Amino acid sequence: MKIPRVLNRKNRILLAELTATDFKLRYQGSVLGYLWALLRPLMMFAILYVVFAKLLRFGGDIPHYPVYLLTGITMWSFFTECTSQGIQAMVVRGDLIRKISFPKYIVVVSATLTAVINMLINLVVVVIFALINGVTPSWTWLLVPFSLLELYALSLGISFLLGAINVKYRDITSIWDVCIQALFYAVPIIYPISLVAESSVLAAKIILLNPIAQAIQDIRHNLITTETITTWNFIENPAVRIIPIALIIIILIRAAFYFRKKSKFFAEEI
Amino acid sequence: MRQKNLGTRKEIDSKSNIAIEVSNLYKSFKLPTEKASGLKQALFNFFRGVKGYKKQEVLKGISFKVKKGEFVGIVGRNGSGKSTLLKILAGTYYPEKGEVTINGNLIPFIELGVGFNPELTGRENVYLNGALLGFSHKEIDEMYDDIVEFAELKEFMDQKLKNFSSGMQVRLAFSIAIKAQGDILVLDEVLAVGDEAFQDKCNQFFNKIKKDKSKTVILVTHAMENVRQYCDHAILIRDGVIEIDGSPKDVANSYSLENSERYIEDQKDNQPKTSEFIKNLNVKLLSAKKPTQNDSIKIEITYDVTKNINTYLGLSLWDIKRNQSLINSNSKSQICKGKGHKKITFETSPSTINDSNIRVNVSVREKDGSILAYYPDSKSPTVVLRRTDYENMDHKTIDAVLFQRGKFDVKE
Repeated sequence: MKIPRVLNRKNRILLAELTATDFKLRYQGSVLGYLWALLRPLMMFAILYVVFAKLLRFGGDIPHYPVYLLTGITMWSFFTECTSQGIQAMVVRGDLIRKISFPKYIVVVSATLTAVINMLINLVVVVIFALINGVTPSWTWLLVPFSLLELYALSLGISFLLGAINVKYRDITSIWDVCIQALFYAVPIIYPISLVAESSVLAAKIILLNPIAQAIQDIRHNLITTETITTWNFIENPAVRIIPIALIIIILIRAAFYFRKKSKFFAEEI
Repeated sequence: MRQKNLGTRKEIDSKSNIAIEVSNLYKSFKLPTEKASGLKQALFNFFRGVKGYKKQEVLKGISFKVKKGEFVGIVGRNGSGKSTLLKILAGTYYPEKGEVTINGNLIPFIELGVGFNPELTGRENVYLNGALLGFSHKEIDEMYDDIVEFAELKEFMDQKLKNFSSGMQVRLAFSIAIKAQGDILVLDEVLAVGDEAFQDKCNQFFNKIKKDKSKTVILVTHAMENVRQYCDHAILIRDGVIEIDGSPKDVANSYSLENSERYIEDQKDNQPKTSEFIKNLNVKLLSAKKPTQNDSIKIEITYDVTKNINTYLGLSLWDIKRNQSLINSNSKSQICKGKGHKKITFETSPSTINDSNIRVNVSVREKDGSILAYYPDSKSPTVVLRRTDYENMDHKTIDAVLFQRGKFDVKE
């Protein structure tokens, strides 16, 4: 897959046009329109905040816990939106794939890019909340994009792999919905990882080897408070520490090749 | 599980005068025998050792070349493999075996208005459709006015597409198709759109593009008058193989013949229906199957009568397309007396009639007109008349039964 061919002029134009269309159409016919891109995670946040911070009193000793929670939720919804849109993309754009020839990855990338745009808007809200909450800006903020990229690479890998299978076996969509539910509790979003570490250090370490957990904890660490437990400061063995990143790279590369191999037959199978 | 050695499709940009070259192209599809679009069914089939699909061969070794600047028609009955071929040319389907080489910028219109979204405005749809065909914003900016003008939809372009009538949508799609600046246009059955005024515009466009030697056009159609009118060369596909690769006239005639034969096969009765006194009714065409106006049509009818009665022959030449009879003999006039073998020949000249597909209908009757035997449609010979003396092709003239041979005298 030569880079210049993959990202040639024609493909870039198509990618931009499809992404713009997706974004335009997403909130078609709703009164508040694009505002929903902001309102949805905020409302999610409000519910979880009331339940977990006020009623269950999680995160007692974590500074800036509300922002900490909001960051986690924003990143989690980015991951879920990205993957579910990406996996569905081939089916949603089935009419195009059946009738016209173009590199199929564009469909997946454009669907996930809409999620990226949403996430970036939400990130602005997170930063504003952080400043209101008294978080002081620091140079580590500059490291956040790397974690975002990591999360995006993982989502893209999953989208390519499962999206390609989903063309033939639509069950994948439902299976992934269940996986998302399970993953939500496997990642320290609503509960602080310190809570797990108190009862079992090993369990906390295993949780932190999940690339999603690693990325989200890194973002919290770099954006909000350095007291956050991350893969880097909790796991001693450097060889084990790189597992999450290695996983992302392997998944993305394998998925991309698998997708490319299968994409020749999408038009017939979809 | 897939074959490792797939065919290839490559796009090149060379000076050679061949625009499209297809050699030994094969394509088959796996059709699921049961509904096997889920994991459950797939596992089921796996454990039961069932394949779960049936292989359907659609293209069986197709080879042809298209020169630059040619206008090529591809015809064939439904299911003959035309659309699959086009989709392989366009790159949506992957060739299973064989090679496809495209020299130039190919713009496919397998279906009009690909990617059209009812929630977007006409203008946005033009840009989206353009992007799908590989054009940048700037390039479409340049074509935009032309497209809108050709579609005659200027005042509607800022409306959402869902508020367009279906005719308007098709007009917009077609305008994009023909204003798009590609070297090779692939058009699948798109001519029958729009009202009459729009059709005339399309005709003009096709006549223009026919003369333009820098553009190559592949047209799939069922309208034989279009093939005769525009194409430089035509290809007839039948059951996945090329039957004829030659002049548009030959292809159009063969296609018409194939269709009229098929039309008759569809009907149930396959054997001559005869009463007990009439045996071995047979009808034979002695003249050419594809006569011109100068030839004659000659038919021989034979039958045996086993009882001493008088029989009367009924014969008509039936125009399949216009659904009316052209010639109908009076069944009283041709009397055959008594028992024995009867042989009757009939000869006529088609010099006065226009192009038609003719079926020979034969029956044997009694004096009072009641039928003793008749020859079934499925076996009756078919004659495809194709005149060679049309000077000014116009399908409206040809639609008439009689050949136009009157004289005009204009006094001014």
